[in-house]
Amino acid sequence: MAKVKGDIIIDIEKCKGCELCAAACPQHSLELSRKLNSKGYHYIVKIEDNCTGCTNCALVCPDSIIKVFRRTEKKKEQVATITNVTGDITVTMTS
Amino acid sequence: MLEEEKHYEDVIEQESICISDNVVYDKPETLTSTPMHYCPGCGHGVAHRLIAEVIAELDIQDKTIGVAPVGCAVFATTTSTLTCLKPHTAEHLQVATGIKRVLPDKYVFSYQGDGDLAAIGTGETIHTCNRGENILIIFINNGIYGMTGGQMAPTSLAGMKTTTTPFGRDVGEAGYPLKITELIAQLPGVYYCTRVAVNTPNNVRRAKKAIYNGFKYQELKKGLSFVEIVTNCPSNWKMTPVESNKWLEENMLPFYQLGDLKVPQKEN
Repeated sequence: MAKVKGDIIIDIEKCKGCELCAAACPQHSLELSRKLNSKGYHYIVKIEDNCTGCTNCALVCPDSIIKVFRRTEKKKEQVATITNVTGDITVTMTS
Repeated sequence: MLEEEKHYEDVIEQESICISDNVVYDKPETLTSTPMHYCPGCGHGVAHRLIAEVIAELDIQDKTIGVAPVGCAVFATTTSTLTCLKPHTAEHLQVATGIKRVLPDKYVFSYQGDGDLAAIGTGETIHTCNRGENILIIFINNGIYGMTGGQMAPTSLAGMKTTTTPFGRDVGEAGYPLKITELIAQLPGVYYCTRVAVNTPNNVRRAKKAIYNGFKYQELKKGLSFVEIVTNCPSNWKMTPVESNKWLEENMLPFYQLGDLKVPQKEN
């Protein structure tokens, strides 16, 4: 299973197809669609699943239509610590 | 595991990312849902968003008064929830001065293009900077008159083709490109003067920092802050947005070098 780190949501109805985000994407995962939106522009779409959530596309987007998500690594919390009677073996449980 | 099950797990995995906890970038609340009215790829949109972001971050939306320009950005009020005045051409800095003197607790910024600030309103610019009014001036420099159809501006580069100089700007006839930011950086009333661009993600981050500093210095009543943003104008440069950013990097930025021109001295 591919490990997906980040994702973006593009408001395609407001996209003007300037391709600045595609030029700024270090993963080359954005491309112009063959289809048109209701204003007659070819809109941008994500074609690869290798997004890292670096926010470069959203930073250069002049129409601020890109919303970026990044998977946050959950820190493992300590749940319990078990020690035997003599105290030489300690087991730590994490969530 | 069956192929089908694997596929479903992938789908679930992907969908689970798009939750509110994982948002790392979204447009600020100070921008409305109205689409930007600019041409595709115009740097004005990024500049608007950066101002809106800084105002949202500092939480000064109800204390900020902007002065919108007469150029392309005249509809700045439709795309943002900020209060903006729209004076006549080149009267922005008088109006901004007036607002700031009457309402000294408000944050006042003016947003002007190169025709406005460096051609028609040069006198106002220099005298406002010389008086050291406690405002923030944001100067959008794309080297051309954008809204009126791509005529030569004072900031057009030597040899640059515009509708009024179809064979390239002749410096013998039309003069040399004006570096107004360098000019006003000499004035003692100016507290902070910098030049940034919005063509690459890193430059956008620096531009945001510069605008943030401008608002912060205004809060501390330090004096005038001047932020020049070098942008592109794909429609009037007659290029695609990606080409125009490349042209900007190769031709505009060597002449208009990015960086701080005047930074506050550290007080001991």
